[in-house]
Amino acid sequence: MSSIIDFFDTVVVFAPKFIPGVIATLQLAFFSILIGTVIGLFVAVVKLANKKPLTFVMNIYITIIRGTPLLLQLWFIFYGLPGMGIEIDRFPSAVIGLALHNGAYISEIFRGAIESIHYGQREAARSLGMTRGQALKRVVLPQAFRRSIPALGNQFIIAVKDSSLASVITITETMLLARQFVAATFDVFPIFFVAASYYLVITMGLAKLLQKLETKLKVGVR
Amino acid sequence: MSMIEIKNLHKYFGDLEVLKGIDLKIEESDVVCLIGASGSGKSTLLRCINYLEKKTEGEIWIDGKPVDETEDGINKIRQEVGMVFQRFNLFPHMTVAENVMEGPVTVKNMDKTEARKLALDLLEKVGIADKADVYPEMLSGGQQQRVAIARSLAMEPKVILFDEPTSALDPELVGEVLKVMKDLAQEGMTMIVVTHEMGFAKEVADRVIFLHDGMIAEEGPPKEIFENPKHERLQAFLGEILA
Ligand SMILES: Nc1ncnc2c1ncn2[C@@H]1O[C@H](COP(=O)(O)OP(=O)(O)OP(=O)(O)O)[C@@H](O)[C@H]1O
Ligand SMILES: [Mg+2]
Repeated sequence: MSSIIDFFDTVVVFAPKFIPGVIATLQLAFFSILIGTVIGLFVAVVKLANKKPLTFVMNIYITIIRGTPLLLQLWFIFYGLPGMGIEIDRFPSAVIGLALHNGAYISEIFRGAIESIHYGQREAARSLGMTRGQALKRVVLPQAFRRSIPALGNQFIIAVKDSSLASVITITETMLLARQFVAATFDVFPIFFVAASYYLVITMGLAKLLQKLETKLKVGVR
Repeated sequence: MSMIEIKNLHKYFGDLEVLKGIDLKIEESDVVCLIGASGSGKSTLLRCINYLEKKTEGEIWIDGKPVDETEDGINKIRQEVGMVFQRFNLFPHMTVAENVMEGPVTVKNMDKTEARKLALDLLEKVGIADKADVYPEMLSGGQQQRVAIARSLAMEPKVILFDEPTSALDPELVGEVLKVMKDLAQEGMTMIVVTHEMGFAKEVADRVIFLHDGMIAEEGPPKEIFENPKHERLQAFLGEILA
């Protein structure tokens, strides 16, 4: 009985102390998702333009990102690049690393969704006199975007959780705080419980948001 | 001056020669029906005319000028040469009216209010003004195809190409689409129609062209083509179609 009371005491004491870390987690997630989505869209569109050298460069990017651990990528940017004279602050380093990582996966999501749009859609658009760009923007991308939301949502949730790796380059986000609090108090269970709860609230909120967006965009589409 | 003039058109897909030297003149207000067996190159010929396929050799003149085959030139030509597809290809994320407005607004920078008015007029003309604000998925195939015709008319094209516009439709819906096409023909629209609707061809076409193996095997007024076919492949083809 007293251990349950202790548990709740610790939870109540530490929950507010996590706030700065949770804010950092939200910032990391927000920027890395936003920039990662822009990168992903750019890479997908460039690849679909079918220009050999550009596609080649994009494929190298995707291969490297997908073929190496995110942990290593973050280390490389923050600790490795300064050795080559490129120094980036800690927070931007983390955002760049996470965004590049997300971008590679998101580009594949977009590419798949764009390719799944029937070629007749593009032909109908072009035969009205639209340029390639107009057909893409007005006809293909809106449909592809809606189709990619489930996979995109998945990736966004992974991005939130992956932001915890920013703790390895000493960014004070949720996970780093959790480890610091545990080191100071040895109250492992309640502290990790609080951290886990915060992550769950964020990821569930995000899932809900995406579901709303999907329903909103579903209009008219089988 | 012909509306469309095609000279010695060849089209290869890899090593496969699909069009083997087509010569064709189409005058303003002509309605030309293109018939032929599956694989004879009917769609390819239509698609070469608005450059959805890149021809391998030959010349295409539209409205008295050789087509400017730059990216911009082709986009211009496509504004003048509308296309209606077998599978309608309406934009599912836009309402019926938005589908019709899309060309004028995006390509011609038409003001939205004006474009909406144009769209409603055209939808009236094809008989589905009451569906202006629903999404295409709510419509029957025949209604969707009529929207597609309105969408193409919105660009005020000089010619419309129809690639089997009724062959994806349930039989009871074919008539309403053919009726719209017939009205267009009577208003003087220049049309090239790939179709297996021999009744439509007989009634509406000024000329019927029989494509066989990538070449024009026979052409003439519908009466002659249907009642007195000379080419043995045409005789066999008509035998099958009318059977
Ligand atoms: N994109 C393509 N790549 C390779 N071959 C093609 C392509 N499009 C058409 N073909 C071939 O060209 C030939 C003519 O095709 P086309 O679609 O023009 O025939 P069609 O007369 O319209 O036939 P159908 O009545 O079946 O529509 C066929 O042998 C077809 O397989
Ligand atoms: Mg065809």
